[in-house]
Amino acid sequence: MTAEQIIFYIATGFILVSALMVVTTRNLIHAALWLVATLFGVAVVYATLDASFLAVVQVVVYIGAIAIMFVFAVMLTKRNLLDHVPQTNANWPWAAGIAALVGAGLLYTASQLTTFGAQRPALSGDSLMNLGKALVSPDAFVLPFEAASILLLAALVGAVYLVNKR
Amino acid sequence: MVPLSAYLFLSAVLFSLGLYGALARKNAIAILLGVELMLNAVNINLVSFWRYGETAQMAGQVFAVIVFAVAAAEVAVGLALIINIYRRRNNINADEIDLMKW
Amino acid sequence: MNFWTDPIHVIYQGLMQTFTGWGMAADVAGIIINLLGIVLMITAIMVLDIFLVWIERKVVARFQDRLGPNRVGPWGIFQPFPDIIKLVLKEDITPAGADKWVFNLAPILSLASVIFLWAVVPLASRIYGVDLNVALLYLVASGSIGTLSIIMAGWSSNNKYALVGAYRMVANMVSYEVPLAASLLIPTILSGSMSLTNIVNQQAHGVWFFLVSPLGALLFLVAAIAELGRSPFDLNEGESEIVAGFHIEYTGMKFGLFYAGELLHAFTFGGFVAALFFGGWHGPWAEAYPLLGAFYFIAKAMFGYWLIMWIKYTVPRIRIDHMLAFNWKFLTPLAFALLIVTALAHRFLMDFPAWVYVPGMFLSNVLVAWATLEILRGNARRERLAAEAH
Repeated sequence: MTAEQIIFYIATGFILVSALMVVTTRNLIHAALWLVATLFGVAVVYATLDASFLAVVQVVVYIGAIAIMFVFAVMLTKRNLLDHVPQTNANWPWAAGIAALVGAGLLYTASQLTTFGAQRPALSGDSLMNLGKALVSPDAFVLPFEAASILLLAALVGAVYLVNKR
Repeated sequence: MVPLSAYLFLSAVLFSLGLYGALARKNAIAILLGVELMLNAVNINLVSFWRYGETAQMAGQVFAVIVFAVAAAEVAVGLALIINIYRRRNNINADEIDLMKW
Repeated sequence: MNFWTDPIHVIYQGLMQTFTGWGMAADVAGIIINLLGIVLMITAIMVLDIFLVWIERKVVARFQDRLGPNRVGPWGIFQPFPDIIKLVLKEDITPAGADKWVFNLAPILSLASVIFLWAVVPLASRIYGVDLNVALLYLVASGSIGTLSIIMAGWSSNNKYALVGAYRMVANMVSYEVPLAASLLIPTILSGSMSLTNIVNQQAHGVWFFLVSPLGALLFLVAAIAELGRSPFDLNEGESEIVAGFHIEYTGMKFGLFYAGELLHAFTFGGFVAALFFGGWHGPWAEAYPLLGAFYFIAKAMFGYWLIMWIKYTVPRIRIDHMLAFNWKFLTPLAFALLIVTALAHRFLMDFPAWVYVPGMFLSNVLVAWATLEILRGNARRERLAAEAH
């Protein structure tokens, strides 16, 4: 086992355990903190995939903004789902069945890929530089990038409008 | 060397865990937590396909960045909606927010 | 190549020969040596942190016209050790209503978020942890882990004051992250890289970025102080209003971790000021002798730390609405305006020789500062006239 494999398998176990805690734990603050643990593990996975920019942005955006917003939202709402009420709705066996089916289907579909067991090729060029150029060059992805920025602006205006008390 | 299949396995399991959370939880905030897990599973897939494919083509990473933006927007608006509903109805139980269901 | 020109490499080779001589595989030995390096680095930083306590107390005493600690050892230099013994001997309390796991995890994360930063700090030409190509974003990322640790501490303490302190701190850190990131982009534009090693190397020939972008350095300093939660932005602690803020329930060494983290964070930001705007480890003969470069770097970082202390002990605490208004109505627009001006001026002047480039960039900064002052003066006059009209 190389160091990279060890790191990947530890991160995988960590992600799956903490994701299970996110969907099962009763206390919502704990669920949000387990989500932070999951997202940190995903950042480690990005780092093993040589996507250093995405790994760091994952921490900045998810842990620095999204997880903090979740914690605030949990604090701003009452704990009216008390510890004694079941945390799942009546359909949870169906939900579990569907989730298991989808997971199995995804794995089956993925295993049909010709590249399923592929080994990774060598990196070509500076991927950070390539990403920066791809995001702004007109013959690459400038349109999706601008669409994302308009989406963020719309979300900003919408969120302010929704929570603004008139 | 970790093969592509390991990453696909991780993302499939993470996606189904998130799907279970989004479908089965009562609390509206917990549903959003499940959606976040699913988005992350999608991102792992995008980045690993980028890494194991042609690495000069940046589509995988670019769309991962766009998923970040979508996730941030979704959480901002989603939590604003939930807090607004909570203010009006004093309840964030998704089962009981059924005024439009006849 | 000998010890004085490349110490880390020589030590690495020596250890590698020793370990493989014991019959260890080369890659296992490599991992062990790297782990040893990490432990050594953290130990060195924590020892430095102990003496930062003494420096901080001595400097604040001078600012307040006192002597400061002067009993234990020469100039009271061993004063931190009795402090630590006191902290260790104190009762270690976890409040009954607290959330045990989160409560105990928060101080560890708080200190760890600072120690993470030292992985990318270039101490000298060939002494650094890792040359990360997104080092400046990494700085922002570790700040967001710090934010998380504070909200964990405030929530899990189950104390109203702690929660108020955490709310204030998070409002502070989340909003000042915007001008911080914008001011970090200025050295990025000037050097064309987000790697700290490259940024320092770009300042090799005496043209420190402080000369090219003085306003950027000032913005970074202000945003960094707010990010640290130090006075005048210390609303999170606010001893006279909310007693101690988020760490009100912490005792003994758990409080000590928060305290050590705060001091080390301030020193680390001093180091970043040095690396980004004051040429990092560059100085006479620093290129040939890395240990001399490390000495220059620590000296410059101490200067940055001294600036932060100077502001802390001189300026009184500001009100929370003033703090937020200062960020959103003044600092953030100024940072973005400066970013645009810097990018344009850099693009127009980059082909000229240094004796045109540096004064040109300096003048563009002066122009932005002058325009800002004019706008502020106009605003103040309008407000005064409106107040007089009433």
